[in-house]
Amino acid sequence: MALSGVIALCLLMPLVLLVLDARSAGWTEIHTVLFRERSLFLLRNTVELSLLVVVFSATVGVAAAWCTERAHIPARRVWTVLLVVPIAVPDFVVGYAWHTVAPTLNGLIAAICVMTIGTYPLVYLPVAAALRRADPAMEDTAHSLGVGRMATFFRVTLPLIRTAVLGGSVLVMLTVISEYGAFEILRFQTFTTEIFSEFQIEPKAAGALSIPLVCLALLVLTVDGIVPRRAAATMTPRREGRKARWRWTALPIVAGLGALVMLAVGVPIATLVYWMAQSQHTTLPQAATLGSATWTTLRYSAGGATLAVLLALPVAMMTFRKSTTPRVILERATFLTEAVPGVVVALSLVFFAIHYAYGLDHSSALLIVAYAILFFPLALVCVKTSVAQSPAQLTDVGRSLGRGPVEVFFRVTLPMLTPGLVAGFCLVFLTSATELTATLVLAPFGVKTLATQFWAYQSYTAYGAAAPYALVIILLAAVPGALLGLWFDHDRHGGRMGAGVTR
Amino acid sequence: MSTIELHAVAKSFGPTAVLHNIDLVVPDGSTTAVLGASGSGKTTLLRLIAGFDQVDSGQVTIAGQVLDDGRQFVRAQHRAVGYVPQDGALFPHLTVAGNIGFGVARPERSRVNDLIELVGLNGLARRYPHQLSGGQQQRVALARALATRPRVVLLDEPFSSLDASLRAEVRRDVARVLAETATTTVLVTHDQDEALEMADQIAVLRLGHVVACADPRALYHDPPDVTAATAIGEANILVAQVDEDWASCVLGTVALHGGGCRPTDGGPGRLLLRPEQLILHLDVRDGAVRATVKDSQYHGHDMLVDVVVGQQALLARVAGDLQLTPGQPVWIEVRGAGRMWSDTNGAGTAAPTR
Repeated sequence: MALSGVIALCLLMPLVLLVLDARSAGWTEIHTVLFRERSLFLLRNTVELSLLVVVFSATVGVAAAWCTERAHIPARRVWTVLLVVPIAVPDFVVGYAWHTVAPTLNGLIAAICVMTIGTYPLVYLPVAAALRRADPAMEDTAHSLGVGRMATFFRVTLPLIRTAVLGGSVLVMLTVISEYGAFEILRFQTFTTEIFSEFQIEPKAAGALSIPLVCLALLVLTVDGIVPRRAAATMTPRREGRKARWRWTALPIVAGLGALVMLAVGVPIATLVYWMAQSQHTTLPQAATLGSATWTTLRYSAGGATLAVLLALPVAMMTFRKSTTPRVILERATFLTEAVPGVVVALSLVFFAIHYAYGLDHSSALLIVAYAILFFPLALVCVKTSVAQSPAQLTDVGRSLGRGPVEVFFRVTLPMLTPGLVAGFCLVFLTSATELTATLVLAPFGVKTLATQFWAYQSYTAYGAAAPYALVIILLAAVPGALLGLWFDHDRHGGRMGAGVTR
Repeated sequence: MSTIELHAVAKSFGPTAVLHNIDLVVPDGSTTAVLGASGSGKTTLLRLIAGFDQVDSGQVTIAGQVLDDGRQFVRAQHRAVGYVPQDGALFPHLTVAGNIGFGVARPERSRVNDLIELVGLNGLARRYPHQLSGGQQQRVALARALATRPRVVLLDEPFSSLDASLRAEVRRDVARVLAETATTTVLVTHDQDEALEMADQIAVLRLGHVVACADPRALYHDPPDVTAATAIGEANILVAQVDEDWASCVLGTVALHGGGCRPTDGGPGRLLLRPEQLILHLDVRDGAVRATVKDSQYHGHDMLVDVVVGQQALLARVAGDLQLTPGQPVWIEVRGAGRMWSDTNGAGTAAPTR
């Protein structure tokens, strides 16, 4: 009970600090920063972009999920992993790659392309899981009733995966709203890029600008919360997947999926390799610098991931097992944290350190806390899934066999939750490793992570020097990324993990 | 007219051959049960008729129209074949009326109400699937399949997810609706009682082969071979020697049915006696053979008794209630005639099958 209150408070701290920050800035400051034509321009840019990206991302994500789950394609399992790999490639690296390939690629169109490529896995993962759970007998039945394939998709399949599509789309929208690096490179201005540049000149203005950004994110979550969710269909255990042989008609599908993976992963990696090969040996970073930056990134990401999972475990168990007032408060709190973009979390923590804990300013601990708060919702989703799938009766059985609650937790509950904990760790780890905005703001002075090094070099258009850092980021993130893809795909092969990740 | 004909149909998934050379005719307006254990290929057979999968070779026709012969293939949506899957697979986002009307063209929507009435779900039109019981869901699934006036209806283990008491009731109702609408039906099941009760014809499927196909009575009383005999109902298979119209076995001399492929005089063979042909007496009788009770299962209306005569285990069905304790001696008398086949698998005692 007390624990849940403390965690809720920690999670809500950025919002509280944001309000304090704005108050210390004063109303006149807020007024002059917000009520000018530029704000309208930024608002329009942000809204326009996020709506368009959501439409494209959802279309690409659903199409890809349908291809791997319903069409008979060769090497299906390989595709389910390849399609998830793009989340290991940071959006700012995708933006950089496309920008150097086609320097004229700027503005809205470029931003839409890059963000669609980077965010479609957020739709793909839950939709593929939902499709895997939905009995294909539904679609068979629709066919037997004389309804064609297209009509069946819109009248049966789409309603079945609606919740998953919505959940993924909300994540896409929140990601677009809080993205900084890619838009900076592509010279497309949103609230987040503006906040960041103001932060370097006038920190108070940055605080004021954060308010509409948070409001926008809250609006997205509210709309998502209003949309009614129908009671889950009675899910029957799926019969064994029929291994129908793929036909030549599957080739266009494979070509399409290949093109998608090529655009999202192939082009960035090829560009990075190209720039490394182009540059002189002298401009390439010392192996030692690269090594230390890698080690720093590893440490921070692992620290953030561990903290996030540790926080998520009690919350997931509490929110799932009991329905009480603290539970409701907790759920609302975790719900709100999703709405706070990375740059705002970073700013509020800077404010906190400057005003209340000067010793923490630009310390490693603060950055790790920032990661944990930022990506807590991701950890929670994974752990919650595992909790939902571990039957409460098993702990009762453990107790009835004469074991104490602590022993039952370690011998029964924890082993059952392990897959969810590992998945949560992987997800937070790879997201932290590819995080740029909060890292730029909070990284201790003189400490270089892979992301900040990459950013510094590419800002001076030292593309060759920047490339190795991006490559290492992708390598670091690809391993947990692939693990996640397998985890989500797992329930087809007997397990049931990943089934509940549709929010 | 909507006779279903399968000719030399074969199907494999990857390296696994699931169906071999299947020939099956389902006459217009009748119900055929495809009976088999899990893995026998019965669901695959159904999916081929429905058009969800394509045959490797052979031919599927309905009413003389070739639907699939390995080259040309009519898709499920153009076959007019109703399909009721195992768990109903109702569309969770649609009401009862929405589910039943799913495949119906708009001008025909009034038909939905007739169907709701036909399957006895009056007043539930606005309910969603998760608000229905299992039995109600199955009725909706049947009504949905019938709504498009299909030429044939395919039922894939439609009652297996219902509990025993509900199963009998839903089964009866479904049989009534199918009879009223004179629908050509293929029912896939692993439940012998279901097959015996509902079908005009039973096709026994084993490891991808149709091992027997006949009407239920013929299959029970006059099966073509030992395999078919053990596929339906409980069966005692005994080693016996034939002597003209008589067989001699551990139960003495038993009269034989005419016809069939009984072995030549004096040859060894296998004799089929159904459990209800063995009558148990608690005291010595003329012509009865002494046996020892092993076990008994009481069912109320009757009981099944495991007995042993020498090395031969036997199963007897006793109407009413007999107080039997294991180890107790009883005397067995055979009623009616047995069925016999020449022994191709060598001699040996066979255990009774259930």
